[in-house]
Amino acid sequence: MSAPNQTNLDMFKNNRSHLADKIVPTLLFLCALVSVLTLLGIIYALFSESINFFKQVPVIDFLTGTQWFPLAEEGKEFGVLPLLTGTLLVTVIACIVSIPIGLASAIYLSEYASDGVRRVLKPVLEILAGVPTIVYGYFALSVVSPFIQWILPETSLFNALSAGIVMGIMIIPMISSLSEDAMNAVPRAMRNGAFALGATRLEVALKIVVPAALSGIIASFVLGFSRAIGETMIVTVAAGGSPVLTLNPLESIQTMTAYIVQVSMGDVARGGVEYGTIYAVGLTLFLITLLINIFANYITKKFREEY
Amino acid sequence: MNMTDAQLHAKTQRRRNKDKINQLIFLASTSIGIIVLMILIIDILIDGIHFLRPELFTNFPSRLPSRAGLVSALIGSIYMLLILAPLSFIIGVGAAIYLVEYAKKGPVSNFIQVCISTLAGIPSIVYGILGLTIFVQLLNLGNSLLAGIFTMTLLVLPVIIVSSQEAIKAVPAARRDASFALGATKWQTVQNAVLPSAIPGILTGVILSVSRAIGETAPLVVIGAATFVPFLPANLLDQFTVLPLQIYNWIGLPRIEFQQLAASGIIVLLVLLVVMNITAVVIRNKYQKNI
Repeated sequence: MSAPNQTNLDMFKNNRSHLADKIVPTLLFLCALVSVLTLLGIIYALFSESINFFKQVPVIDFLTGTQWFPLAEEGKEFGVLPLLTGTLLVTVIACIVSIPIGLASAIYLSEYASDGVRRVLKPVLEILAGVPTIVYGYFALSVVSPFIQWILPETSLFNALSAGIVMGIMIIPMISSLSEDAMNAVPRAMRNGAFALGATRLEVALKIVVPAALSGIIASFVLGFSRAIGETMIVTVAAGGSPVLTLNPLESIQTMTAYIVQVSMGDVARGGVEYGTIYAVGLTLFLITLLINIFANYITKKFREEY
Repeated sequence: MNMTDAQLHAKTQRRRNKDKINQLIFLASTSIGIIVLMILIIDILIDGIHFLRPELFTNFPSRLPSRAGLVSALIGSIYMLLILAPLSFIIGVGAAIYLVEYAKKGPVSNFIQVCISTLAGIPSIVYGILGLTIFVQLLNLGNSLLAGIFTMTLLVLPVIIVSSQEAIKAVPAARRDASFALGATKWQTVQNAVLPSAIPGILTGVILSVSRAIGETAPLVVIGAATFVPFLPANLLDQFTVLPLQIYNWIGLPRIEFQQLAASGIIVLLVLLVVMNITAVVIRNKYQKNI
């Protein structure tokens, strides 16, 4: 068989691939550009409506007011502090639950567990991390809240404690796996040096590995904290909808995220000052999580010990 | 310090015991996750088994628990899955290829990376506010399936881009060099040498992120997706609901039967997510063998 057009075919193929090499980089760049546009879109969305809101409600009143009744018929109040303390209360409870347990399981997985045990435990933690938050919300309401009420009968069905505990459980896998990564990065030789001096595994873990991995471990705490602040469905379902300024975990509270959901579910007219509240609260939430994430980044970079 | 042998021995013994006790404490902490997961599954099975019957999959939501079903939510979730997965795959992997293979190191690619890592830390409900402002209002899509899909795509992109970047970076340089040595162009190299060996890692990341989105509720609540949808969406601009929204709706209703329905919905949602994750593992194994 002769191939009279073989050269032409080659040229055609070459042209086609050259064409692809011209167009493709632009197309791929456009894909990457989507992320930049998303961030700009978020900033635009939050600020454009928030500016209208802050024309009607002074920023100082918003940040220092202790009453939050934006949807009231009369005597509207726009002080965000009750939502902030509500968010903080749940988040602190979540951290109290998740930080010790997460760190302890990271130490166990990194310093004690055999390969076989690790192969069983790690997927379970991954499953726990993959459970949708609405399922955790149901769990808080149907198991944890009744349990708390059984021990402390005066607790309301919707309370910050139940939401905080369940949110803590949700964050355990995150803290555990990030801390474990940090501990795994500590060189074997440092452990072996301590073992050779007669240290027990506990002494190696607490005196060698944890201090050496401290920046990564603290960053994992901070990221867990930030995740808890932005969590929505658990608090919406289980923490209640009453924006009161309280630090009592047995009371019903409202978080910033739960408030945004409450307004979204209702029929608040577009454009009014009530509608502007979700943008103002969203902006507050955005700025808080942004600052915390930058802080976490700073810790990892600044205090990382290179081996 | 003068320590007799006996004292030294006792001290060593104490340190060893402390080690053993702490090992148990650490193991117990790790087990808390497993125990909670078991309680959660058992609780949901007990609550949800009653309404787990054929009508659940054929009926629309209803004010009567005995006639309520989740067909519109299940179909809504599947529609979303079918469009979200390819859309976020194309954009996410495209961006990752650009950043790893094409972008020159410099301010532009640094800026894009900073944007991506910033986006990854933004709470999902803020993406809802983005979707509400840009897709629902500015582009006038209303609270449609399309607005929901676009919002969810933006939500999953940062994670997909980061995991795809890692998969592409893990491809050995030798594969690229060999391809270039054979006279292949840049895109031919990416297409034929890099992507085939990165695809298992990429797909795992995509499926895990998309399954996260299928369980996500908050952004869709904010863009105004309805919780009571007694019809199937006929096109992309129709109103819609998804499983997590239907579950949320049932949790909020006062009668105990609706709580049981919510648990049934959770069983369906979890089964869907498990199927997706098994698919991820199967695909990964299949492709890994072919290389």
